[in-house]
Amino acid sequence: MSKKVLTTPIKDEDLKDIKIGDIIYLTGTLVTCRDVAHRRLIEEKIPLPVDLKGKAIFHAGPIVRDLGNEKYEIVSIGPTTSMRMEKFEKEFIEETGVKLVVGKGGMGKNTEEGCKKHKALHLVFPAGNAVYAATKVEEIKEVHWKDLGMPESLWVCEVKEFGPLIVSIDAEGNNIFEENKVEFNKKKEEQYKLISEQVRFIK
Amino acid sequence: MNVIQDKTQQKERMIELMSKFISIVSYKLPDDVENKLKELSEEEDNRLAKIIYKTMFENQKLASELKRPSCQDTGVLQFFVKCGQHFPLIGQLDNILRESTFKSTKETPLRHNSVETFDEYNTGKNIGNGTPSIFWEIEEDSDKVEIYTYMAGGGCTLPGVATVLMPGEGYEGVVKFVLDRMTSYGLNACPPLLVGVGVGTSVETAALNSKLALMRPVGSVNENENAAKMEKLLEDGINAIGLGPQGLKGSKSVMGVNVVNTARHPSTIGVAVNTGCWSHRRGKITFDSNLNYEISTHKGVTL
Repeated sequence: MSKKVLTTPIKDEDLKDIKIGDIIYLTGTLVTCRDVAHRRLIEEKIPLPVDLKGKAIFHAGPIVRDLGNEKYEIVSIGPTTSMRMEKFEKEFIEETGVKLVVGKGGMGKNTEEGCKKHKALHLVFPAGNAVYAATKVEEIKEVHWKDLGMPESLWVCEVKEFGPLIVSIDAEGNNIFEENKVEFNKKKEEQYKLISEQVRFIK
Repeated sequence: MNVIQDKTQQKERMIELMSKFISIVSYKLPDDVENKLKELSEEEDNRLAKIIYKTMFENQKLASELKRPSCQDTGVLQFFVKCGQHFPLIGQLDNILRESTFKSTKETPLRHNSVETFDEYNTGKNIGNGTPSIFWEIEEDSDKVEIYTYMAGGGCTLPGVATVLMPGEGYEGVVKFVLDRMTSYGLNACPPLLVGVGVGTSVETAALNSKLALMRPVGSVNENENAAKMEKLLEDGINAIGLGPQGLKGSKSVMGVNVVNTARHPSTIGVAVNTGCWSHRRGKITFDSNLNYEISTHKGVTL
């Protein structure tokens, strides 16, 4: 199977045949965007200083080395828990036209709806692999909202074959984590019954 | 006068060593975790899980070669200290650990992870009011100090939870409390997890126990027979759920379950869960009174 690479700007039709559980790679513009940036755009109504149409965001707070003269280098970069952005993501996709939302773990109903209606994907980069990810970042082109501190600033990164990115929500709104959860919860109940009989230490 | 100068020099020396140690913990996993991850990956046959494990090992190799934090979230630093009453820098230790964190943050570099609450600004120094967190234990008749360094990232801190059960709910209630957390928050906390379970009398004793449980090596066993039994039952049970790496399914879910327990009030069972992610960056260093050190978690590593 050949490597599936998406290049920004991404169009609706590029996402048509991509399904949950597929692995893709990204070339182009990836902007770090997490808790406070989402809150600013959606709740505080402050416009984002970067145009995200057709591009990708990364729920991530990197470690960045300041090289002076507004030059920066990514030391380590990896995803943070996407679920924290769930309450904002549907509107975020709607307002920005962002096509790929990269993060960690699953997202919920809102994001499913946003992905389905506006044709976008949620993707998981295997978390904790921050040096591996950093080697796929070619340069930091810009940085915005530095007042939020290193993890929360918007770092505009140019990436090459950034991945593996595992499709967790596809453009039809299918959600791999929600499907898995049904199975996990069923197994959990079975295990609870099995274990609880064996830990009746209070007699 | 000489004594004071000695102490200043000793302090500088210890900051130098500790900041280097913190840096090492950020880019190299302890031996027990490395070995367990290898073992788990070899037992895995799920397609996505295998790709994720492969990425993990490549990442750790790169991090170690480039001496860069293997995960970008280098956490709020936590130190668990067991200090001998005669350790010469006992009174300076809090400051030493704070300054070591700051120094290591600049030099490694580590991420700035201290946001002052209510004022809501990042200090930009990775230290703040009450951070790093330092937990103390004093040891009688000893002149050594044992320090566990732990990088508690946001992802694996988020599942942390504590409650007080009624004795009528029994240890069955403890099991339910732990299992429920695994399928809700646990799967987002970067499994395979090390699960720390604390049992005690109240929320804070249980919570501290659950974090101390994460300092215990992977594969270690509680010395109480019943607690050890519950560790094994929970480990097998959570594994049977099959969270897999990143919660995307796999043959296992955890590196292990460690229980730390203390006595309780007759009317209460305090219980807490803390999780360590697969990138469980914990290190133990012991200094003697002359600041000779020994690192027991990372074999062959020198500062």
